[in-house]
Amino acid sequence: MLTLQCPYCGVMADETELSAGGEAHLKRFGPGSSDAEFETYMFMRENPKGVHFERWRHANGCGKWFHAARCTTTLEVFGTYSAQVSEPPQDIKDAITAKRPGWAWREFA
Amino acid sequence: MRRYSAFAIAREAARYHTGWERAWASPEPKKKYDVIIVGAGGHGLATAYYLGKNFGITNVAVLEKGWLGGGNTGRNTTIIRSNYLQDPSAAIYEKARSLYETMSQDLNYNVMFSPRGVIMLAQTHHEVRGYLRTAHANALQGVETQFIGPEKVKELVPIINIDGPRYPVLGGLWQPRGGTARHDAVAWGYARACSAMGMDIIQKCEVTGVRRDGDKVVGVDTTKGAIDCDKLGIVVAGHSGVMAEMSGFRLPIESLALQALVSEPIKPCMDVVVMANTVHGYMSQSDKGEMVIGGGTDGFNNYTQRGSFHHVEETVRALIETFPMISRLKMLRQWGGIVDMTGDRSPIISKTPVDGIFVNCGWGTGGFKAIPGSGWAMAELMAKGYSPLANEFGMNRFAEGRFIDESVAAGVAH
Ligand SMILES: Cc1cc2nc3c(=O)[nH]c(=O)nc-3n(C[C@H](O)[C@H](O)[C@H](O)COP(=O)(O)OP(=O)(O)OC[C@H]3O[C@@H](n4cnc5c(N)ncnc54)[C@H](O)[C@@H]3O)c2cc1C
Ligand SMILES: [Zn+2]
Repeated sequence: MLTLQCPYCGVMADETELSAGGEAHLKRFGPGSSDAEFETYMFMRENPKGVHFERWRHANGCGKWFHAARCTTTLEVFGTYSAQVSEPPQDIKDAITAKRPGWAWREFA
Repeated sequence: MRRYSAFAIAREAARYHTGWERAWASPEPKKKYDVIIVGAGGHGLATAYYLGKNFGITNVAVLEKGWLGGGNTGRNTTIIRSNYLQDPSAAIYEKARSLYETMSQDLNYNVMFSPRGVIMLAQTHHEVRGYLRTAHANALQGVETQFIGPEKVKELVPIINIDGPRYPVLGGLWQPRGGTARHDAVAWGYARACSAMGMDIIQKCEVTGVRRDGDKVVGVDTTKGAIDCDKLGIVVAGHSGVMAEMSGFRLPIESLALQALVSEPIKPCMDVVVMANTVHGYMSQSDKGEMVIGGGTDGFNNYTQRGSFHHVEETVRALIETFPMISRLKMLRQWGGIVDMTGDRSPIISKTPVDGIFVNCGWGTGGFKAIPGSGWAMAELMAKGYSPLANEFGMNRFAEGRFIDESVAAGVAH
């Protein structure tokens, strides 16, 4: 079972205690945006085989949203971090680079 | 290709079965093909088959990174039905279902199509209303379905508990000509027919790159070297995102694990397929006597072909209420496949931003039933550049807001 540490309350939470919120760091475009921008935000997904960033909610716990960095081929967790950021913090990026040199994900690498 | 027949069995019996030939050849790749199909699942093989059969295009290779039919085609619970809500879905799924009726004869390969009937249970008042609507839509689409009451459900499925307590059976959407087929046989039958037309099915050959000349595809890189082609069909289900990235475009797809499990074999007790979408579970009995059970997908992206155990637990827990007798069954095997989910839960059969590349994906949790119809449409699209069956399923529908929304109607969409 997947286990993620909630960065807010510190609990090591089992998957059954969490709900998955999909891809992280989606860029939302305001009114007047083009069809292509809206499509990208609404439907296009990174869906990588490897390093991935996601939103999760500690639903049956403290209730807070947070971010997780995870590998979709091994289910290894690189770390979890605050929901209040628009890209992964440096220590998470470093942790991933140590294990997956040369990884890429959108403009963050 | 030597035909299979009662006579062939007698002939081989008389010579100790020494004369059976290999069902398909295992050639080395040529330098160039007119068409390369990536992915030897049901959809890829059916595409190749109809390219040959309907359009005479036989200089075709089907490249498969693992073994033929080892993806979702060999991992699914084989439910075949066409009682969808939207017109474009009804058209392609009903085309597929009708091709299943004659597939064994067409391919000279027994795919064990069993039109035993499929019931989708209505266990809430919303579901009753939803299925009444679907039954009316199906009547207009020429798809034979019927809304039946709880007594009729009980008559068709004696082992069912229609009284609840939590989710009583209020009725069901009944498709008498839905059913099941042998999944491996579908892949094997198409592979044999493709090989007989002179096509090359190349297993253990992973596509690792897509070669382009400007906006046009010119070939692929594989673990067996570079191979040139004029047209490329990407038919790789859960790996569609990976192939799209190699080709230089994006898809509105996420890959999730979907699981199934089977029980120990027992005597025949249920001769229809029953789906219970409110509680996320469905069940049928295989010819071997195993109860074949499936549920919903996991919530997060995953390429590991195994899902989370608690999903199995939830599915079985829900089904036990409706089928109390299964509480005593031992479960034998459990497995997962990586399904390709789109935003509107409908597939993509489409041209792409790269000239010569076509994509067929997004069948998600429910594409086994669609294999022949999808192959038919994809072949037509690749050969002629236009297919009426595929037309509404273009990938630009997301930008244009023309969704083919089956998520509400289908719930657990197998
Ligand atoms: C547990 C489960 C239950 C299901 N139940 C049902 C059901 O009851 N009814 C129903 O209609 N549908 C069901 N489905 C869905 C159905 O199985 C799929 O929609 C369908 O089989 C997809 O077929 P495909 O040919 O597109 O993909 P696949 O059979 O997955 O074939 C794709 C192939 O592409 C290959 N490939 C990938 N990347 C590469 C590469 N780079 N190079 C070469 N080859 C590559 C893969 O190895 C694979 O063999 C179920 C699925 C699962 C997982
Ligand atoms: Zn918490």
